[in-house]
Amino acid sequence: MAIKIKRKSQLKIAVPTASMPDIIFQLLIFFMVTTVLRQYSGLQVDLPDAKMIQKLESKRNVSTIWIDRKNRIVIDDITIPNTKLSELRQIAFQKLVENPRLVMSLRVDKDADMGIVIDVQQELRKANTLKVNYSALQSAT
Amino acid sequence: MLKKRPKEDVEIPSASMADIAFLLLIFFLVATTIDVDKGLRLVLPPTDIEQQEINRKNITNILINDQGQVLLDNEIVNVRDVGRIIRTKIAENPLLIVSLKTTRGTKYAVYIGVLDQLKRAKATRISIAEPDEA
Repeated sequence: MAIKIKRKSQLKIAVPTASMPDIIFQLLIFFMVTTVLRQYSGLQVDLPDAKMIQKLESKRNVSTIWIDRKNRIVIDDITIPNTKLSELRQIAFQKLVENPRLVMSLRVDKDADMGIVIDVQQELRKANTLKVNYSALQSAT
Repeated sequence: MLKKRPKEDVEIPSASMADIAFLLLIFFLVATTIDVDKGLRLVLPPTDIEQQEINRKNITNILINDQGQVLLDNEIVNVRDVGRIIRTKIAENPLLIVSLKTTRGTKYAVYIGVLDQLKRAKATRISIAEPDEA
């Protein structure tokens, strides 16, 4: 009995840390797999603020249209010259055919005039892509 | 007599593997940007509907002009009051349709402000009206 007690006080247990790199690699692989890379860079746009914003359901059903302060229009990776807005209609219709659940995300600069937005909305209506999302940043008030 | 050294197992010290993994992880954590795409949802009116005769009582007209002034049923109101007024109107008439019209010179920020107010008032029937041909 005495010997046992002596042993206990001298016992040193080391936690095996040989598997730490494995855990870290697993975390790393998780992040690498779940990161979605942004496909298009788009234009420099200052979004307006709004309170009642909702998240878009899935990125797969979303096409993005950028309208910046100088009234330039970009849809996904295609630049549309202001004179040929009918191209927008064709492109939007094509995308709708490929994905009936298409949602158009409009990223418009807050200082842009409504004229160009109205024109773009008219083209979207003609292309029958009626689901629209006005991108905005969360505002506190 | 030289004692032959027994064959030693030479191992590459792998103690720093964890450090390398941490460094890679921190790089990805810092470089990853979370792309936020949130906004106000809306369904545009289709082009092929006929101009329906809707009882005038069931429509509220909101017009925003170039200076950012809001005209609600022929009354000038502040953007901040739109939500409250619409909420009262919807309480009186749950089937109310809100028709939102802007001019070509209106600032987009004001348009979003009014749309935000409508959403706060829980207006579900929002219709975007075509601007008048100037």
